[in-house]
Amino acid sequence: MSDKLLELDDLAVHFHVGSALRGGVKTLKAVDGVSLDIKPGECLGLVGESGCGKSTLALSIMGLQPPTRGRIRLNGHELAARDRMETARTVQMVFQDPYASLNPRQTVRRTLADPLRLHGITNKTEVEHRVMDMMDKVGLRRDRADRYPHEFSGGQRQRIGIARALILQPKLVICDEPVSALDVSIRAQIINLLLELKDEMGLAYILISHDLGVVEHVSDRVAVMYLGRIVEQGGWQEIFEDPRHPYTRALIAAIPDPFHRADAKVARAKAHGEIASALNPPPGCHFNPRCPMKADRCVNEVPALEAVADGHRAACHFRNSAG
Amino acid sequence: MNAPLLKVDDLHITLQGDGATFNAVENVSFEIGRGEAFGLVGESGCGKSITALAVMGLLRRPLGLGKGRIVLDGEEIQAASAARLRELRGSRIGMIFQEPMTALNPLSPVGRQIAEMFVLHQNASWNEAMDRAEDALRQVRVPSPERRIKDFPHQLSGGMRQRVMIAIALACRPDLLIADEPTTALDVTVQAEIIDLMAELCAAKGTAILMISHDLGLVANMCRRVAVMYAGRIVESQGAEAIFATPRHPYTKGLVDSLPRLGERSKRGRQRLREISGVVPSIAAYPSGCRFNPRCSSATDICRSTPPDVTALGNGLVRCHHHE
Repeated sequence: MSDKLLELDDLAVHFHVGSALRGGVKTLKAVDGVSLDIKPGECLGLVGESGCGKSTLALSIMGLQPPTRGRIRLNGHELAARDRMETARTVQMVFQDPYASLNPRQTVRRTLADPLRLHGITNKTEVEHRVMDMMDKVGLRRDRADRYPHEFSGGQRQRIGIARALILQPKLVICDEPVSALDVSIRAQIINLLLELKDEMGLAYILISHDLGVVEHVSDRVAVMYLGRIVEQGGWQEIFEDPRHPYTRALIAAIPDPFHRADAKVARAKAHGEIASALNPPPGCHFNPRCPMKADRCVNEVPALEAVADGHRAACHFRNSAG
Repeated sequence: MNAPLLKVDDLHITLQGDGATFNAVENVSFEIGRGEAFGLVGESGCGKSITALAVMGLLRRPLGLGKGRIVLDGEEIQAASAARLRELRGSRIGMIFQEPMTALNPLSPVGRQIAEMFVLHQNASWNEAMDRAEDALRQVRVPSPERRIKDFPHQLSGGMRQRVMIAIALACRPDLLIADEPTTALDVTVQAEIIDLMAELCAAKGTAILMISHDLGLVANMCRRVAVMYAGRIVESQGAEAIFATPRHPYTKGLVDSLPRLGERSKRGRQRLREISGVVPSIAAYPSGCRFNPRCSSATDICRSTPPDVTALGNGLVRCHHHE
């Protein structure tokens, strides 16, 4: 047994897109050399914008997208060697859209009971007991068990989604934008619930989100992705108080700031232009066309993810100079 | 000069459905001065977008205009003819929508879609209009506009498309720009740039903004005054900074307290987020009295029986029986 729940070692997922007849086949490097680890009971915030590869990374960890290169180890065992059912007992996922990710023709009871039966729990009383217990845990009323998803509000549907993910008592839950499809006044309920369940059941989370407020609130450690690579990772405090990669600073600077918390330094950190296509990323550091600190070296040389402090690493040639 | 550019007075919008008529928007009143940025904030279904549609004269069945007046620069919009409204839209009121891909014509090059504005509203020739379209693209900082005017919307990224939308909306220097969730479909770093661009261009042209969003922070950042809508009514309106510092309506207070704020955890450690209990009511089942009462922690009998009136407070207003 290793003390790491999940280890990713140089994980890469490449897709081949296009056709040989029209313009040739191109390689899309959705995830390109990502190394991460998660300890039991820890929450890792994974931040990045659309197309940066965070959802592909999640699918790989779930065993739904075989990696092109690199290794995924769960509980010290190679994921490739694991049985699909065994993986499902360890890792589960909560999806963004609670309207699309529940089967509209299944009652809550069935949505929650099916995974149990599939995993060999056939005793009816036990199934019933565990379903009811889980409904209590996520704050759904027991008498709603025989209702269908359309009879619930968005926040309650997300509770059903969370219950489904937790019914097999996994060790790791990947939450892919768990609150961004919900009404603003409902989000706090779900965030609080996720945090309570984490303490109660000793869960580890990978929280995928672009909402830095939520990530700072929930995460123990944070990893920032840009075009398939991790550009910075560290404890939440280091990432938010002493960000070293200009992209991390740009993300923080992009948050609306009605309190005038920001000084001129943050204002200058804003990124310009748009995210490059993952099919044709810029050479060197992928962020260089948008970076306010760009130098020749950034175009010619890919910066490695190197340590700034203990547990805090950034992939920037200028990680040690102030923004 | 002191008359507001836009005055919405006691606006009601009705919704027909299931054999009944609902009031989707009730008693909504606000004013926007020339060149002022005004924000309308609320959750989905609160009526903010249809309020904007009403201002543009774009309500279609099953939505309809009930009581109330909408006055743009002395002209009553609710009484204007369809032809007059077409003239106003584009020349005096510009619009930006949430999803630029569905708002742009997929079969027409973007340059042509901008040029159309000059041809339709300013009697320009197509040649002249195309030149001006190129300038307009340059103003919204689309790189190499001379090539981009020939591109179709699908060839542009989301941020670029929204820039094209801004170029179209501001082409004829309108008096009012209505931006309905202009950046919700965009990535955060791109959002920041688009918002800055919008604010800058509107300031340069003296265009007033009616910004509609669910993101209180974003709106408060951009606008001088903000109104918060809940279930079809404006529950509070204040200066943008005051709304965070001293929210007066329990709903606004709840919203401000419920969102994790960047930097809070370093200062105070992780606090449990304050929740607003319950869910947003559906239009068919609005509670009687104050519509927020089932979710409000300080609700009393009067809240359940009587809808609160608007109370003017300093620079704003609040609609609550128990406001402080």
